[in-house]
Amino acid sequence: MIAELGQFALILALCAAVVLAILPLIGSFIVQPQWMALARPAALLQLLMVTVSYLALTSTFITNDFSVLYTANTSNSQLPLIYKISGVWGGHEGSILLWVWVLAIWTGAVAIFSKHMPAVLLSRVLSILGMISIGFMLFVLLTSNPFERIFPIPVDGASLNPLLQDIGMAAHPPLLYMGYVGFSVSFAFAIAALLCGELDSATLRWMRPWTNIAWMFLTLGIALGSYWAYYELGWGGWWFWDPVENASFMPWLLGTALIHSLAASEKRGVFKAWTVLLAVLAFSLSLLGTFIVRSGVLTSVHAFASDPARGKFVLYFLAIVVGFSLLLFAMRAHKLKGHANFELVSRESALLLNNILLLVACAAVLLGTLYPLFLDALDMGKISVGPQYFNAVFVPLMLPVIMVVGIGALLNWKKDKLKGRQTTLLALIILSLIAGAILATQFDGYKITAAAAIGLAIWVAASSLYGVYYRLRNKRDRLSAAMHTPAAFWGMTIAHIGMGVFTLGVALTSMFADEQTVRMGIDDTHKLAGYEFRFKSIDEVRGVNYVAAQATFVITKDQHSVSTLVAEKRVYNVRRDTMTEAGIDGGLTRDLFIALGEHLGNNEWSIRLQYKPFIRWIWFGTVFMALGGLLAAVDRRYRVAATTQKRARNAEAASGATR
Amino acid sequence: MWKFIPLVLFFGLLGFLARGLDLDPSELPSPLIDKPAPQFQLQSLYDASEHSPESFAGDVWLFNVWASWCRACVTEHPVLEQLKQIDGLTMVGLNHKDVLDDGRSWLNRFGNPFDTVLFDQQGGTGINWGVYGVPETFIMDKKGVVRYKHIGPISEKDFKTILVPLIKQLQAEQA
Amino acid sequence: MVNPYRKTIIKPSILQLFAVLCVLLGLALNAQSAETVLKFENEGHAALYLRLTQEFRCLKCQNQNLAGSNADLAQDLRNEIYQAVVSGQGREEISDYLVARYGDFVLYRPPVKKITYLLWFGPFVLLLFAIIGGWRLISSKPAFTAAEPSEALEAARRRLNE
Repeated sequence: MIAELGQFALILALCAAVVLAILPLIGSFIVQPQWMALARPAALLQLLMVTVSYLALTSTFITNDFSVLYTANTSNSQLPLIYKISGVWGGHEGSILLWVWVLAIWTGAVAIFSKHMPAVLLSRVLSILGMISIGFMLFVLLTSNPFERIFPIPVDGASLNPLLQDIGMAAHPPLLYMGYVGFSVSFAFAIAALLCGELDSATLRWMRPWTNIAWMFLTLGIALGSYWAYYELGWGGWWFWDPVENASFMPWLLGTALIHSLAASEKRGVFKAWTVLLAVLAFSLSLLGTFIVRSGVLTSVHAFASDPARGKFVLYFLAIVVGFSLLLFAMRAHKLKGHANFELVSRESALLLNNILLLVACAAVLLGTLYPLFLDALDMGKISVGPQYFNAVFVPLMLPVIMVVGIGALLNWKKDKLKGRQTTLLALIILSLIAGAILATQFDGYKITAAAAIGLAIWVAASSLYGVYYRLRNKRDRLSAAMHTPAAFWGMTIAHIGMGVFTLGVALTSMFADEQTVRMGIDDTHKLAGYEFRFKSIDEVRGVNYVAAQATFVITKDQHSVSTLVAEKRVYNVRRDTMTEAGIDGGLTRDLFIALGEHLGNNEWSIRLQYKPFIRWIWFGTVFMALGGLLAAVDRRYRVAATTQKRARNAEAASGATR
Repeated sequence: MWKFIPLVLFFGLLGFLARGLDLDPSELPSPLIDKPAPQFQLQSLYDASEHSPESFAGDVWLFNVWASWCRACVTEHPVLEQLKQIDGLTMVGLNHKDVLDDGRSWLNRFGNPFDTVLFDQQGGTGINWGVYGVPETFIMDKKGVVRYKHIGPISEKDFKTILVPLIKQLQAEQA
Repeated sequence: MVNPYRKTIIKPSILQLFAVLCVLLGLALNAQSAETVLKFENEGHAALYLRLTQEFRCLKCQNQNLAGSNADLAQDLRNEIYQAVVSGQGREEISDYLVARYGDFVLYRPPVKKITYLLWFGPFVLLLFAIIGGWRLISSKPAFTAAEPSEALEAARRRLNE
C-alpha cells in the first residue's frame, strides 16, 4: 500500500509540476496575474507530494517491506535504522528520487523566501524549475521506478553495500545534491533574465544568495566525499580524479566563477551576458555529471549500475534543457547590455582573471574526463587519463588564482592605483616567503617547493587579513566598524583564507606523506616517520550486522604515548563483504593511519601504516570556504534589497501595470 | 554570432555522448594486431614436448587462452568445438594460470577442441600476449602474424559472422 | 563487433558491481601483503616501483591503478614491474614493455603524441586566447566592451565543449 501511495504521490507531484511549468510562464507573458499567482501554491504542492513520496519509500525501508524490489535490493532487516534511512539513496532509483526531492525543496524554498520578488520574475523562475522537475520525475517514473513490486517476496533484503554503511557516506549524497540541484535556481534566474531580456541589479541580488548557498552545499558535499574516501577506502588517498569525482568538481569550478562574476555584474553592471552563460553552464555540467554517473559511458570506481535506457533518457533531457537554454542565450544575450567600463588595475580585472582561470581549469577537467570517450568515438584508440594528467595541467592553472586571490579582494572597483598598499603588499610577500622558508625546516628533508607552498599559503591568509585591516583603517572605532562590516565581506575573507588552508594541506600531504606495508605479529613494533607502532592485541568483536577482527595498536613517539588506535577488518553478515575500518589518529599537524590487512597465519598480519602530515587542513580549508559561502549568503544587504523591492513592487502595483 | 558558439559546441559534445552510449569503455584493442605473434617456449599440458609460435608456421592458427577456473570458458566451449571442424585450422590452447590436473580434467570433462594445449602456469605468456581477461582468442595468419583478437567468449554469432570469413580469407593468402 | 556477453561481463548489475567492488576493495590490502616481502636495493628503486604501480592502470578494474587493485592481473603486473625495477630497468623501458602488450590504455599519464596534442596543449592554448581576449576587453573602448563579454570568453567557450 505504502509503495503505491508513494508512486501516486509522485504522479500528483508531476501534475503539480506540469501546472507549475506551464501556467505561470504563460501568465507572465500575457499578463494574467491569476496564472502567475499559481506558481507559489503549485511549487508548494509539488514539494508536499514529493515529500510524501519520498517518505513512503523511506517507510518501506524502515518497515522492511521487501515486496518492493528496490528495498529488497538495497536494504536488509539487520541494517541499523540510520542506514535504513540513508540506504534510501544507496542505489540508483532512490538517489534519483532524492534528487527530485531536493529539487522540490529548492523550488519550495524559492517560493517561500521570495515573497517580495516581482511576480513576473518569480513566476518565470518557478516555472523553469517546474520544467526541470518534470524531466526528473519522468525519469523516475519511466526508467527508474523505486516503487516497483517484486514477487515472490524475498524473505530478507540483499542489504546495503557496507561501503555505504557509514555516517559520512550517508550524508554525502544529500549535501552533494543540494549543491548540484541548487545551481538549478541560478539557472532558472538566468533563463528568466534571458526571457525578460534584462538582468538588473535587483535580479542579481536575488540570485547571489541562492548561488552562494548551493555552492556551500556543493563544497561540503565534495569535501565530505573526499574525507569519506580517505578514511573508508583504506588507502589514504583523498582525491583520485575519477570521472565521477570530476563530474561534481566541474560544476563547483564554474559555480565558483559564477559567484565572482555575479559580484561584478551586480556591483558594476559588467559581464552580464557572461554571468548568465556561467549560470547556464554550471547547471548544465551538473546534468552532464548525472549523465556520466548513470550512463556508463566512462569507467569509474563509483559509477552506478549503468543502463543504456537511463543514459538515453538523461541524454535527451540534457539535449532539450541545455540546447534550449543555449539557443535562448544565443538569441537574447545581446539584450543584456552592461554599462560600465574599468581599467587594468581594478577589481573587475581581478575577477575577470579569476573567471578566465577557473573556466580554463574547468575546461581542462572536462577535456581530460571526456578525452578517452572522444578518441574512442572517433575510433582513434583507447587511452586513459588519470591523476598524473590532471595534476600536471590543473595545478599550474590554479596556482595563479591562489596567488592573486588576496590582492584581488583588496582592489577597488573600476580603477585602482594600489596607492599606499604596494609597499605593504611587497613586504607581506617577502615576509610570507621568509616564513615559508623557515617553517619548511620543520620537515624531514628540506624541500624548496615546500617552502614555496607554505609561503604561498601564508601569503593568501596574510593578504586577506590585510584586506580586513585596509577596510577598517580609517575607522575610529575599529571594533564597531568591524561589527558593521557586511557579512559578505567576512564571508569572502574567510573563504579566501580557506583557500590558503586548503593549499597548505594539499601541498604538505603530497610532499611529506609516508607509508609502509609491513608484516606484524603481536607485540611487534614498527617505526614510521618517527612514530613507533606496537601491535598490542587482536580480538574478535561483533557489530550489529558484522563480525570483525579488531587490532589494537599503541603508538609512541620518543617514549611518550601518543595514541591507542583500533583498526578493524569486518565481514558483513548478509553480503559476506569484507571491509576495512582504518584506525586513524587525526591531528592538526598529522594523521596516523593504520589499516589492517590480511591474516598471514602464525598470528601475523599484514599492516598498512601511513603518516599523513597536514592532511586535515584540506578539509578544514573546505569548511572555511563553505562557511564563507554561508556568511556571504546571509548578508543583510540582500534582505534590505528585498525590502526595497517590495516598496518598488507596491509602487508598481499602484500604477497598475507589469510587463 | 559568437553567441551561437556554445550551442554549436554543445551539440558536438552531445554527438560524442550519444556515440558513447553504444561504445564499451572496457573493450580494448590489442596493440599486437599486424605484429608477429609474441614468442613463447612452452610445454604441452600432456607431455614434455615444447612448442613455440614457429611450430605452427605455415598454417593459419588459432590461439585460445582458457582456464579451468574461468566460467565463461565453459560457455565458449561449444564454439571451439565448431572451430575445430574447420579444415586446415590449427587449434592451439593456452591453459592460463591453472593447475595441471585441473586443466586436464576440464578437457576430459568437456572435450578437447585443441590440436595442441600449452601450459602457462605462471601466466608469463599471458602477459606477453597482453591477455587481461580470460577467455581471449587470437588468430594468426600463415606468416605467424596476429590478425585478430577476440576478448571474452566467442559467441555463435561471432563465429559465423567474423571468424569463419576471416579464417577463410587468411587461408587463401599466400604463406 | 557484437558480443552477447558484453552485458554480463562488462556492464554488471548494481549488486554485482558493488559486490565486485567490495571484494576488490576489501582484498586490496591482501594485495599489499604480497609486497611486505618486497625488498629493494635502494630508495630509488622503491620509489620507482611505487610511482610505476600508480601510473599504470589495472585493465580489468573499474578505473584503478595497479597499486590499488587486487585483481589477479594487477598482481602479476606488479610482480613484472618489481622484477624489472630490481633488474635495473628504467621507467621508459618498463613503460614501453607494458604499452607494447596492452596499448596506451595502461598509461594513466597519456603519452604526448598527435592524438593527444589537444588534450595536453588545449587548456594552455585556451588560456592564451582567453588572456589575450581579456586584455583586449580591458584596453578597448568602453562603448562596446562593457556590453559584450570578451572574445577571450568566447574562445574559452569554444574550447569548453571540445
